[in-house]
Amino acid sequence: MAACYELSIQPENVIKISGIGCSSKSPTYFMGRSHGFNAVHGRMPSIATGASIANRSLKTIGVSGDGDTASIGIGQFIHLMRRNVPMVYIIENNGVYGLTKGQFSATADQGQKLKKMGVNPFMPIDLCMEALIANCGFVARSFAGDPKQVKELLKSALNFQGTAVLDIISPCVTFNNRDESTKSYSWGIEHEYPLHDVTWVPSYDEIEMEIEPGEIVEVELHNKSRLVLKKLEHNHDTSDRLAAMQLLEETCCAEILATGLIYLNQNQETFQSVENLVDKPLARLQQDALRPSKEALEEIMADFR
Amino acid sequence: MSKSQVKQKEAAGEAEAQRPIVNDFTLVVATVNGSGSQTSNLALVRAFFRMGIPVCGKNLFPSNIQGLPTWYTIRVNAKGYTANKLKADLLVAMNMATFRDDLQDLKQGGVCFYDDRLAEPADRPDVIFYPIPLRDLVNEADPPKQLREYVANMAYVGVLTEILQIDNEEIRSALDTHFGGRETSVALNMKMIDLAASWARDNLPKRDPYRVERMPRDEEHLLVDGNTAAALGAIYGGVTVASWYPITPASSLAETLEYYLPHLRSDPETGKATYAVVQAEDELAAIGMAVGAGWVGARAMTSTSGPGISLMSEFAGLAFIAEIPIVIWDVQRMGPSTGLPTRTSQGDVLILRFLSHGDTRHTLLIPAAPHECFEFGWRAFDLAERFQTPVFVLSDLDLGMNQWVSKPFQYPDVDMDRGKVLSAEDLEKLGDFGRYRDIDGDGIAPRTLPGTDHPLAAFFTRGTGHDERAIYSEKAQDWDANIERLWRKLENVRDALPAPVVQRMDHADVGIIAFGSTDPAILEAREYLSDEGLATDYLRIRAIPFSETVEDFIQEHEVVYVVEMNTDGQMHQLLQLEWPALATKLVSLTKNNGVPLDADWTFEAVRSAEEQRHER
Ligand SMILES: Cc1ncc(C[n+]2csc(CCOP(=O)(O)OP(=O)(O)O)c2C)c(N)n1
Ligand code: SF4
Repeated sequence: MAACYELSIQPENVIKISGIGCSSKSPTYFMGRSHGFNAVHGRMPSIATGASIANRSLKTIGVSGDGDTASIGIGQFIHLMRRNVPMVYIIENNGVYGLTKGQFSATADQGQKLKKMGVNPFMPIDLCMEALIANCGFVARSFAGDPKQVKELLKSALNFQGTAVLDIISPCVTFNNRDESTKSYSWGIEHEYPLHDVTWVPSYDEIEMEIEPGEIVEVELHNKSRLVLKKLEHNHDTSDRLAAMQLLEETCCAEILATGLIYLNQNQETFQSVENLVDKPLARLQQDALRPSKEALEEIMADFR
Repeated sequence: MSKSQVKQKEAAGEAEAQRPIVNDFTLVVATVNGSGSQTSNLALVRAFFRMGIPVCGKNLFPSNIQGLPTWYTIRVNAKGYTANKLKADLLVAMNMATFRDDLQDLKQGGVCFYDDRLAEPADRPDVIFYPIPLRDLVNEADPPKQLREYVANMAYVGVLTEILQIDNEEIRSALDTHFGGRETSVALNMKMIDLAASWARDNLPKRDPYRVERMPRDEEHLLVDGNTAAALGAIYGGVTVASWYPITPASSLAETLEYYLPHLRSDPETGKATYAVVQAEDELAAIGMAVGAGWVGARAMTSTSGPGISLMSEFAGLAFIAEIPIVIWDVQRMGPSTGLPTRTSQGDVLILRFLSHGDTRHTLLIPAAPHECFEFGWRAFDLAERFQTPVFVLSDLDLGMNQWVSKPFQYPDVDMDRGKVLSAEDLEKLGDFGRYRDIDGDGIAPRTLPGTDHPLAAFFTRGTGHDERAIYSEKAQDWDANIERLWRKLENVRDALPAPVVQRMDHADVGIIAFGSTDPAILEAREYLSDEGLATDYLRIRAIPFSETVEDFIQEHEVVYVVEMNTDGQMHQLLQLEWPALATKLVSLTKNNGVPLDADWTFEAVRSAEEQRHER
């Protein structure tokens, strides 16, 4: 994956995990030198939670679908963010169940028609909105038709230290690509509205951009790398959670696909830090660190006598 | 003299004629849930224990927080038979609502201590009644208002101390342990106890034959519940990630982990944790976290009961086929569904053995006493990592939550077995790696852990069909080859598991097979059977897949009774499946109503089955 390569992340230190679905198969196609785990439908977050607590030095990338996340897995998705497990959580959002051949997913538009299913009567779940409500500290939306933005957001997400959610509208060309679908390619191209021009800059690079003062917002991430957001027409404040929700609400009503970084909050403790873990990965601890002494056992048993 | 007093006199006269009954009775305390009687009951159990008398304390509690009836049964028995008894010898009746029913469960000629505000029933003239003026005694002790109800329970402790001749110092020391040495709490409770004891001395002439007497005490023995033992076993097994979701009767296992881990497993320099205990959002997530952690190389576990097991089934299948080590404790309760959530059962044998869709064969360990909970607690991790498979430990509410006299916990006598894990250096030497490739011929393919710094290390873990390189495959020959290896691996599990325990009598043609917490009832029933001239041999299963010893045992006997606490004879079915040629030798005896197995029922079940057999 280009983003990881550019970040010079060592693939041996990455785990790629997923649920079940076409989308969840993607991890097989990149970074062959990373361990991968195709788990069960909708339960990738719990695998991520266990794996990342067991080895805190691993970089976790999760890939899921909208069925996997918004339907069967919505509970685990929310709880993952609640715990702020450090990982990048990518949703390839296509509004349908691809693998099981074209049923509605929970992100499908209300009133949308599908060949097999007829008309969808239900309101969609907006996964970015769910992430905001769950206090996720990195919420972004992008569009598969805008690979440059996807890549910059991904690089930023990989440098964020908690759960980073990336909802990527990714058309399913087989089952849900009719022009009127908000998950179709043509709709995306026509309605995409980038909130800003995102660039991720490693700590050692100087910013080389011709810019007017006041035109950019620069955010330093924990590892000293920076996120540079160049202002476009709209003035979106990524540190304002309420504004982020409002933006989602307004752009949804206006049938606009707002893309970019929607919300960023770096002040939340990660799961590992809440659990107050030793630095060495738990999975690497050996008997000397794991088995308490015989004397300690004797002391405990004395309490039962 | 009133009519009832006359009757009492008569009963008392009979009792006086009896020989004293020393260290052999069952005492039931009937109270209302949430009234704080637990401290009193535990103090009694502990005092008996410290007097060296074999004892077991069982709490029969309702599935609600407050207000429903609760019974605490204490059985003391000099011979060590501490299984459940259906009829009590002594009753402490503190609950108006159940008084009449409780009396029905008191055996002929039994003894009843009761709150004198309850009306003494006239229909049990055989019973020796000891009324206790509870309110007056509490008024006299005058505890702080908010503690009145709580301290009131100490009044019956005081009366029992006097009537049964319990060593007052052992009661004090039991309370001292309970309150962690907080002298004011001990003093407050002892004041009530002493007052009640002295009142009983002056006002309740002893009319019953029961009393206790100090016995030579085995200083090594412990008084402990199975869940505590299990948690400590897991800690000594090096548990690093434990994820769980609250459920009776398993919660106290995880809570005990949380209690001991900070003390036992913090880094001495930084004070940071070498473990993580995570309360998950449900059992799906609990097992998912354990699977994630086990995959990465941690010693991962989860603990639950029936409803949680049902939810865990999909992940159990994934861990099985992807060969990920995890440990799952099932502290069984009565199902199906919510069933009797606070009552014991052995109803999960079949579901655990085959948990998940498709063909699965899980490995089960079955402890029967706290010291085995401890041992299997650490061994389970060794087995899971060595065989790269889920290992289930099958406990139950009776074993998990009740107070048992246990042998001491043996510090693990072998080093941790972390299984076949390839390091970067190993990979360098091998020059090639296939995750599911059987190198040693034992069916166990070495794994690599995520984060291993070598280009060959990575593989893709999946529940879907795979070849020996872990690459997705739908080829029939790949599927066959993998299953052939996996089944070969599982055959080897058999000999690595705890062997059955066999106890024999001379010239026994009859065998009994049982497992888990029914052990004391079986042992006791065998003595009764032997008194009737029926010698039995007894094999206690401690693991599945079965050892060959079980097969030999069945062969050796004319008939083998399989005694268990579920309705359909699940262990019986498994044994028949395993050895169909021996199936007709196996006779199923089951009892499953939420009440721990008792020796009388077991005795009668075997006796009448034998009678029938010989009639045929
Ligand atoms: C417990 C369970 N139920 C149902 C399925 C069948 N199933 C496989 S993929 C899928 C839907 C996937 O949809 P989505 O996550 O949107 O992924 P996509 O294929 O569209 O990328 C379903 C229902 C399953 N694998 N497991
Ligand atoms: S186009 Fe649709 S059906 Fe085809 S792989 Fe993509 S998501 Fe699946």
